[in-house]
Parts: sequence; structure tokens; C-alpha cells
Amino acid sequence: MSAETFIHPGTDVEGTPTLSVRDVSVDIHLRTHILHAVRDVSFDLHAGRTLALVGESGSGKSVTTLAIMRLLAKQARQTSGVITVHGKEGDTVLTDLDPKGKAIRAMRGRQIALIFQEPMSSLSPVHTIGSQIAEALRLHRGLDKRAAMDEAVRLLEQVEIRAPEEMVKRYTFEFSGGMRQRAMIAMALACDPDVLIADEPTTALDVTTEAEIMDLIKRLQQQRGMALMLITHDLGLVAEVADEVAVMRFGRIVERGPVDAIFHDTHTAYGKRLLAATMLLENPAESRGKIDISGRDPILSIRGLCKRFEAKNWRGKVVHALDAVRGANFDLYPGENLGIVGESGSGKTTLGRMLLRTIEPTSGSMLYRDAKGREQDVVTMGKAQLAAFHRDIRLVFQDPYSSLNPRMTIKQIIGEPLVVNGAHKGAALDERVGELLEMVGLDRNAMERYPHAFSGGQRQRVSIARAIALQPRIVIADEATSALDVSIRAQILELMIDLQKKLDLSFIFIAHDISVVRYFCDRVLVMHQGVIEEEGDAETICTTPTQPYTQRLISAVPNPDPRNKRMINRKKLAFEGA
Amino acid sequence: MTDRPTVPEAEEDKPLITPLGSNKDPSRIEVASQWRLIWGRLVRNKVALVAGAIVLFFYLVAAFAEFLAPTDPTEAQPRFTYAPPQAIHLFVETEDGGSEFLPHVLGYQMSVDPDSLRRSFQPDPEQIIPIGFFVKGEPYEMWGLFPMDIHFIGPITPGEQFNLLGTDRLGRDLLSRLTYGARVSMSIGLIGVFSSLIIGIILGALSGYFGGWVDLAVQRLIEIVSAMPTIPLWLGFAAAIPLTWSPLTVYFVITLIVALLAWTGLAREVRGRFLSLRNEDFVTAAKLDGSSTPRVIFRHILPSLTSHILAVVTLAIPTMIVAETALSFLGIGLKPPVVSWGVLLQDAQNIRTIASSPWLLIWPSGAVVVVVLAFNFLGDGLRDAADPYST
Repeated sequence: MSAETFIHPGTDVEGTPTLSVRDVSVDIHLRTHILHAVRDVSFDLHAGRTLALVGESGSGKSVTTLAIMRLLAKQARQTSGVITVHGKEGDTVLTDLDPKGKAIRAMRGRQIALIFQEPMSSLSPVHTIGSQIAEALRLHRGLDKRAAMDEAVRLLEQVEIRAPEEMVKRYTFEFSGGMRQRAMIAMALACDPDVLIADEPTTALDVTTEAEIMDLIKRLQQQRGMALMLITHDLGLVAEVADEVAVMRFGRIVERGPVDAIFHDTHTAYGKRLLAATMLLENPAESRGKIDISGRDPILSIRGLCKRFEAKNWRGKVVHALDAVRGANFDLYPGENLGIVGESGSGKTTLGRMLLRTIEPTSGSMLYRDAKGREQDVVTMGKAQLAAFHRDIRLVFQDPYSSLNPRMTIKQIIGEPLVVNGAHKGAALDERVGELLEMVGLDRNAMERYPHAFSGGQRQRVSIARAIALQPRIVIADEATSALDVSIRAQILELMIDLQKKLDLSFIFIAHDISVVRYFCDRVLVMHQGVIEEEGDAETICTTPTQPYTQRLISAVPNPDPRNKRMINRKKLAFEGA
Repeated sequence: MTDRPTVPEAEEDKPLITPLGSNKDPSRIEVASQWRLIWGRLVRNKVALVAGAIVLFFYLVAAFAEFLAPTDPTEAQPRFTYAPPQAIHLFVETEDGGSEFLPHVLGYQMSVDPDSLRRSFQPDPEQIIPIGFFVKGEPYEMWGLFPMDIHFIGPITPGEQFNLLGTDRLGRDLLSRLTYGARVSMSIGLIGVFSSLIIGIILGALSGYFGGWVDLAVQRLIEIVSAMPTIPLWLGFAAAIPLTWSPLTVYFVITLIVALLAWTGLAREVRGRFLSLRNEDFVTAAKLDGSSTPRVIFRHILPSLTSHILAVVTLAIPTMIVAETALSFLGIGLKPPVVSWGVLLQDAQNIRTIASSPWLLIWPSGAVVVVVLAFNFLGDGLRDAADPYST
């Protein structure tokens, strides 16, 4: 096996690196086998520069981070390698330190700071933001209570949280996702570290918030001359912010070099594949022809659909109300892919669930034209009619893990709609399930297995097989690809396009990811705070949007081309709060 | 992108692993069912495994009580009241001074204290009672069906003294009584838990799945039931049982009384799991598949908690056993002639008996302690193993 890392010329700049990682290998001891999670990983990180560690899930990115922080779990063992920090306070060989000792605790935060993906779970819910930052300051910098609190306010100001004097007294749950991530950054910066490691810092955030947070991190890095290590699976983000890139796969760095070389002079087959999968999603799918909707009757006509969530007190008086969806109007044509995009809280999922009536609409109408051309209002359907409607309109879920019952075999899962609706029995059921599995590109023999034997992408295929089992006319895909790696994402989208051709399906594709929508959809609805802001042809919306909100949204999407940075030069509103 | 020939790279298609041991093929896990995975985790917990073996042993004893007991538990021997346990000797001295292998116990030599008129027993070296396995003894009917007279262990000559654990105040063999008592005490746990399981699962499932006013009603009911002081309530119920009822009827009524107060914990557990599971995507998927509400509850949600229920049940059985023992000890549960561990402990209620014949306390209470501990360890092990999908 050629376990060599391809290093582009011009990768290693002159001077002493702030963080140097040499030949680090980590083994994880599992019950049945040893997983070589990280193998001979070497890289340098220089002050003021950004290294992006890119890879799909399971590639060993996070284990590498944990090895640097000396936070490896009990089952993981570092078998070789040296990690050195050349910081303001002299050189420290991290691999020589006792992972439970005092020295390493002093190093964490002071020399190397870490920002996690999920700010909610890394901040304590029972302490105020201020006291958590002050705690770090008192531990590491020996400040007294008053001075630490004043410093915390100053730090919050630096991470651009408005009214920091007020905000230090707030609790985690009172902060939005973006603000929590800002607070996390403030905490990481508390001791002025030499190296900042950001582990998927924006994955849980919306695109516009993501852009703001990345802006902030970059700005702070430049001010303080920190070395930044960005761990991500998003090549777009890498192109926007990184100076150097290391591509990881199955525990090895397969390719390492300056960002321009990685994107424009990709050397390894894997690097090319990864990039191709990302670039693929920058354009509409080639396999999908233009569809002509003129003169055809819509299959679904939504008029004035509203949903208001109300909190009532014990006397039934409304104390708090939220309009999740306000007057949605749109049509869905047969054979069409309609995308619904928006940030979290925009009401796109509520809208999707109202189409299935798992959430009851407050007002409005949904006219469904069935295969025989009969029209019916879904909102007023009775139980039996609704059951029939649910055979025609099916749902694919976002999370491939929670959407499959772990206690049932694949056959039972896919066969459930067939059994319940009395469509197939016995050997005919086996035959049909096998046929469905082959349609979604899985092996017929997978029938007797349990979901835990499958990867995320395979599970999503099972989920799709379940959705098409009853030969539906409409499939609602609610963020169906957002939990998947980029290469798998493209495969699943291709599968859905393929099935659409075979089965004459219409898709309603709910997503926050603009590139996926552009790839997959004919028409797009842009939702913002419960209102459909803009509706139109997918290509038009993604390239030349007319509404200011859409323009802002589209321009915040990272562009996977370091020579043409979009997010950093994005369109901003006069006022933006995280 | 500039075109540049790609170096042919030996592409890896999976992460590098080193298997540990040869027979542990990771692909076997792929087709393993939920129970196989739970079992796999349970066998790694040695304490739980030993506890499971002990529990199994006691249930086997309960099932084959007639065969295992050396004699009839109700047969009184007025000459041998409060006789102490006999020790088993393996060798006898032969006339020529050597020794010969002959398992035996020694008969009793009785002496009467002239002051207190108390009888006391000493082993009599002259009276050698040979013992053996699978010996003929008292005739009995196995499970009330098959007439038999073979006992697992006993004196080779039927009717001779054989009291490995001593006798009680009527001279009845404690070992036989303990064996028969296991049947009642161990099964009262099972039947009691089974009844409370049915009530608990149904009410818990309804409460958790539907929520709203159903949940409100069930939760208030649970609070009221669990707020009741148990012992006075048991006393009340037990007092209401007519004296004329047969011991068997009383046994079932007692079980029911214990179960009626014990379902609340289980119902809460089930409700909590339903609350968290009813919003899982796979439940929504099942509803959209067209499954009816009972099908969603019993086919999709309940299997996800069977393992948890099993763990809860295993932890509930010892509570039942202790409850029965406590009730019978206080004289308000089972009454003689029914033999249960609680009934056996009634004999050990006064300090004089304990001082002069401690075996009446040690063996029945020892059995209760061992069984309860074994159930608790097994239940803990099951609970840890119950979720095979967590690490």
C-alpha cells in the first residue's frame, strides 16, 4: 500500500511552526478489533496562518485534535509521534506531558484552545456566560473575581456581542446558536492562546451566521497572530478561509498543500473525487432534463396556508403566539422538484409537516389532484381519505439514524407500509422488498439485517425504499441529505433523480443547503420568518436573486474556489446581529 | 483545474483495522438481533452471569421441590423438635481400624435438662445413618400428577433421621420446608410482577403515548397509589380476607394485593420511554406508513423498551419477594399450612428460639438475602446490557 502523503511544493514555509505534529499515530481498541484511527500524521501550523484539516466522517480529524489536546479516551492510545508547541512561553513537547498532570491542564486554554461544533453542549446550562468565562480567566491567569468579570465583558465585546455588560449575566439558553458560538470563542480566547483549534465550528449554524462567525474568527486571528486549525468537511468553507489544507482519509493525510494547489492542482485520486463531488453540487444535475410544466394541472395547490403555535394559560387564554408559516401559496406540478430553502426557524419544516398533516394547519387550503384527476382539499380530509392520501405522499427524514427503528430488520422496515396497507404478503412481500432494495442500489440480501449494520448513506437509501414502496406520487425530502458526507450526498441525489424518472415522482425538497437545492430542484421557494420571500426557477434564484433577503442568503454560501471567494466578500445588510 | 496525470495510488477502501482474536468476525454483528447483542454484552458482565445462575438454580429448586426435598415438609416428628442440623460424614471406621467410604449422618442422642426440662440433641456416634442420592422415600406426586417415591437425597433406609438443616418446633425437616417454600416465595414474585407489569405497561403506554388529559389522569392515579402507606394498606386488605378461604386462594389474593401497589414505578418508567420515543422519526414514519395506533404502540414502540422492561422486572421481583416475606412474617400474609420463606421466619420471631435454634433464622433469611441480591445484580447487569446501541 502506498501510504505516502502527497505534499505539494511550497507547503512548508520558513521559520519555526507554532504547532508541529510529527508522525502521530493513534490506535483505538474496540471489542473485536483495533482501529488505526490516525496513521503517521504530520503537519506544521504557523503563526497567523490557517490550516484546514478536511475529511469525511470517520477520517480521523477529530481524533487528531484530541491527540493534540491530550484528551484521548481510555480506549485510544497514541502509538507514535511527537507534538510540539513553540509558543510565546517557550517550547513544550505535548507528547511528553502526563495527560492527567498539572502541566497539560495549564497548557490547555493557555497555549492551545478548542472551539467545539455544538456550543450548547460545551457550555454549562446552570452558570451565566460571564461566570463561565471568568472561571477560565481565574484558573489560567490568576485574576481575582472582579478583574475576571471585567475581562469577560471586554472579551464579549471583542467577539462582537452587543451590550456585553448585560450579556455576561445571561444564561446559555438565552443565547442564540450564533451568540453561543461567539461566547465559546470568547472563552477560547480568554488566555490568549497561540493555537486555536476550531472543530467544525459552524456546522450547526445557518449559512448567514456561519459567515459571520468565520469572519469573526479570521479577524481575531489576524489581530492576535494566532495559528488556526480548522477542522471541517465543508470544502467551500476551506476555500474561503484556509491558507493550507490537509486532506484526511481513513486516518492518513493523503494530500497536503497550499489551498490554491489543493483546489486547482489536485494530485491524488481521492482529493479529486472529493472536490468533484463538491463541484458537482455547484451546478444543476446534468442527469435531470428540463421539465415543461406549462399547460399541466398542478398536483398540489397550496393557498393561504398558515400555522400559528399558541401557548395558552390554564383559562385557555393565549399568552404567547408564534406564526410559524404565514400565508403560503404555491403549486407543485407533476414530475417537478420543488425546493424549499430557508434558515432554521424559517418555517420550512412546519410547512412540510403541514402538507402531510402531521401538523394541523391553522387556516388555508391544500388542493390535491389525485391520479384520476379528482380534486380534494387535504385540510378537510377525514381519517380514511387521509390514509389514502398518505399512500400518495411520502416522507424521507433528515436523520438516517432515528428514522429507522433499530429493533426491526430492513425487511420489516421497508415492508411495513406494504403490510399495513395489505398490498403484499408472504413470498410476494419478500420479492417486492428485494425489488425495492435493488432499486435503491442495495443488495437483496440486506433484508435480514438490522439498521445498525448500515452506514448513514445506506440507511438513507433504506429510508427512500420505504418511501417509494407504495408507488407514491409525491415525496417530501426533509433535509434528506444534510446529515451525509459530500460524496454520499451526490450519490443520494442521483438516486432520487433516477427514481424520479422511473416512477414519475414529484419531489418537495426541504433544505438549508443552497447548493443541494440548485443541483436537485427545478423551482425554489425561499422562506424567511414564515413567509415565502421569493419563488422562482432554481438557477435564477441561485445566481441572480432579486429579493434582498435571498441575495444575502446566497452570497453567504461558501464558494469552493479559493480564487473566487464569495462568503468573505458577501453582501451584508446594514445591520446584522448573530 | 490543470490536467496532470494522477499518480496511480493504491486506494484504500476502508479504514485499517487489526482484528483481535480470530473468531470475532465484526460482520456477524450485522445480522445479530437485538437479543443477541444484549446477550453478548451480558456475558461480559461476570457478576450478572453468576447472579443469573443463582436465580436459575433457585427456580429449578422451586420447580422440582418434591423431588429435591428429602421428606414431606408437613410431617411432624414430636420426638425431634428443634433438632440441630446434622453434619455429613464421608467415612466410617471399620472394625479392623481402617476407614471405609460411606456417606452418612449421625443419629441424635437426646438428653433432657433436669432443671429447665428442655430437650437437647447431640450427635450419636453409634447411630450411623447411611445416605445416598436417588433414594426411595416418602411417596409424593410430582407436580400433583405423577406418583413417585424417589428423592434426590435422603437416608438409604426410609424413615431414618435426616435433617441437614435441623428441624422446627414441630420437628419438621427445615431443608424440605425451605425447598417447598422456594416454590411459593419465588413464584409469588413472578406472578406479582407479571400482574403489575400488565397494569403498568398499559397505563404507562396510554399515558405516555397520548399525553394530555389521559396523562394527567394516570399520573395523578400513580401519585395517589404511591402516596398510600403500604404496610397499613396491606394489613387492611389482608384483614379483609375471610378466614374460611383455602390457603391457595389466599395466596393468589395476597399476590394481587402486592401487585396492586407495585405497578406505579413500572408505569412511570414505561411512560417516560414512550414520551421520548413517540417523537422519534421512526414512530412518525410508522404513522405515515398507515399503521394503526395499537400497531404503532405494540409493534413499533414497545419492542424498543422490552429490554428496559425486562431489567425493571428483574429488579421488581426481589421487592415482591421481600414484600411477601414481610407480610407473612407479620402474620398477615400467607399462613400455615402453606410453606413460604416468610412463614418459616415466623418461627424465628422470638429471641429464645433464635438463641437456642439459630438455624430457624439463618437458613430462611439467608435464602431471601441470596435470592434478592442475585436478582438485583442480574437486573443491574440486564439494565446495562439493555441498550446495545450505546457504547
